[in-house]
Amino acid sequence: MILLPLVMAALAFALPSNRWRPWLLPVTSLAHGALVAWALAHPALLTQSSWLVLDPPGRLVLVLVSVLFCASAFYTVDYLRRRAEHPNSVFCVCFLTFLSMMTLVTWSHHLGLMWVAVEATTLVSAPLIYFDRTHNSIEATWKYLLVCSIGIALALMGSFFLAYASLHAGLDSSLTFENLLENAPALSRPWLYAAFVLSLVGYGTKMGLAPVHIWLPDAHSEAPSPVSALLSGALLNCAFLAILRIYHICIATGEGTFTSGPLIGIGLFSMAVAGLFMFCQRDFKRMLAYSSIEHMGILALGLGIGAPALFGTLLHILNSGLTKGVLFLSAGNIYHAYHSKSTDVVRGALRRVPLSGALFLTGFLAITGSPPFGPFISEFSILNAAFGASHYWAAGLFLFFLFLIFIGMGILVLKVVQGHPSEAVQSSSYRDGGLTCVPPLLLMALVLLLGLYIPAPLDTLIRDAVNFLEVTP
Amino acid sequence: MASVLNMLLVVVLALNLYLLGNSRLSATIRIVAAQGALIGVMPLLVHQQVGLAAFAVSVAAILLKGVLIPWMLMRALREAQIKREVEPLIGFLPSMILGALATAFALAFASHLPLAREHTSHLLVPASVATVLSGFILLTTRYKALSQVIGYLVLENGVFIFGLLLIEAMPLIVEMGVLLDLFVGIFVISIIVNHINRAFSLQNTPRFGEQKD
Repeated sequence: MILLPLVMAALAFALPSNRWRPWLLPVTSLAHGALVAWALAHPALLTQSSWLVLDPPGRLVLVLVSVLFCASAFYTVDYLRRRAEHPNSVFCVCFLTFLSMMTLVTWSHHLGLMWVAVEATTLVSAPLIYFDRTHNSIEATWKYLLVCSIGIALALMGSFFLAYASLHAGLDSSLTFENLLENAPALSRPWLYAAFVLSLVGYGTKMGLAPVHIWLPDAHSEAPSPVSALLSGALLNCAFLAILRIYHICIATGEGTFTSGPLIGIGLFSMAVAGLFMFCQRDFKRMLAYSSIEHMGILALGLGIGAPALFGTLLHILNSGLTKGVLFLSAGNIYHAYHSKSTDVVRGALRRVPLSGALFLTGFLAITGSPPFGPFISEFSILNAAFGASHYWAAGLFLFFLFLIFIGMGILVLKVVQGHPSEAVQSSSYRDGGLTCVPPLLLMALVLLLGLYIPAPLDTLIRDAVNFLEVTP
Repeated sequence: MASVLNMLLVVVLALNLYLLGNSRLSATIRIVAAQGALIGVMPLLVHQQVGLAAFAVSVAAILLKGVLIPWMLMRALREAQIKREVEPLIGFLPSMILGALATAFALAFASHLPLAREHTSHLLVPASVATVLSGFILLTTRYKALSQVIGYLVLENGVFIFGLLLIEAMPLIVEMGVLLDLFVGIFVISIIVNHINRAFSLQNTPRFGEQKD
């Protein structure tokens, strides 16, 4: 599953035709999806080696990665056809390697290996952001590379601290998560605390949590839309998975309550920052980027609240990831119809590109937590847990920020979809097509489905993950 | 062994300060190269008997940190035709003083951390924390893209020093993965530096400012 995209990447590198090369992406994505489905159906295969183990939370994220990649891959074919003047070999190779590395993150069950995989995702996605070769995209790539690399270096320090915590306790640990979890109660506490804080800041940088999110709005708004969809929907959740694993170790020590304060604080702060910046936004892809920060904040908050909110949090990984896919892909269509990201130019998307406009509007309703869509269920369940665990302040602020973000985002989205398009843009050649509209449409249908009814296999998957995370020795 | 190691660590700390106070880009690249090579020797000194893993890590680190990465940076510097001064945000003396304060803080901080018995005689932990902090000072106070890369390298060196404590616990393949990631990272960065240069004709990150908030 990890090797397949790499092999395809090599093939993409070798294939000379600029026109046929992009078709490798959907082919790989379907094969990858089939492999994931097959692996999930045969649980015995998942735990064979000690370094690569697909634990339940990993499975959840892997499913998300695979579905989103599939949608973006089909979309990318059309995207690259429209940008035929650019050579796309580097793009295709990096896109496939990106899939491989994200899969490796979900599989890796070794502290060091996970770090290597997360850092590798940064490196291979940097050329993807830089696809447009404009000033802004260089700036975005530079910020992305430098800020994420620094963040990840801190996470490495955190991993080393965690390793030292077990070394100090005199354990001959192999640094696989299984070993660390078993030995968790014996870990040296000061080192563990320091490791948790460093990892939170480090992987939090990659995940886009508030004080260290500065790379995210630029990267998400400058990258090509299918890449933004993957960055926002899949990559951020992979980083969250890394935090989830460190959190799991802290919980397994039996006195994991120290994690809740920082997580709730950083989560609410992310939501506040996202809410405030959304109000003065004119660029609709940037707005979506701030919305990603908000949702990462919600995930951190849910994790901070702890056990009762875990189900909602894990469900929210899936919901927010899929909805983000819809939003970025339809935003990409709108961008192609107008050749602009500014709301000064983009008006009347519902008339100009009816299907994409409608998808964008529905995506907005879903992501801000309106019923009957998936995010409503997961946000409601997190809120419920917050009240249940008597975090009244956090819950109140959570509601307030959701409201603030609904208004801020609403103003901008309505500007984009309503009104009449100006004369000048009518002439642009883009029309809604099959390859660009069907993937977000299917994702939207999934989000709606998750809001109405959670299929039984998924329900067991999430419950497995919750049980897995709750285990205390 | 411990005394040789401590001496080298003191040299590393001195190089941090020298780096903070140096005004020429090419000189700072050389200093980072020297620091990287010194750190590369250390895996051989940490433990009494040198294992194969320690030897491999040492060779790889010396090659990468001491030779290959500085060479790439030098090439980027030459091709980009950057003005050779560093252009700090705050003066050289204040940043050196900050660095000294950071070192003192690291020493005080490390003495509060519980260490395993065989590690108490080393300066490894304070040196690592001080180097990481110096990296941060470099990153936050320098304008030029290349100087920021150097800050990042110093930061990585600090993390690497801490990793020495774990050289037996960390499997070889992970250490190699870490070094490889660093190398590819710098490789991509030096390509981007060239592109930045072509696009902006001057190499200042604050020239970036088109994207607010």
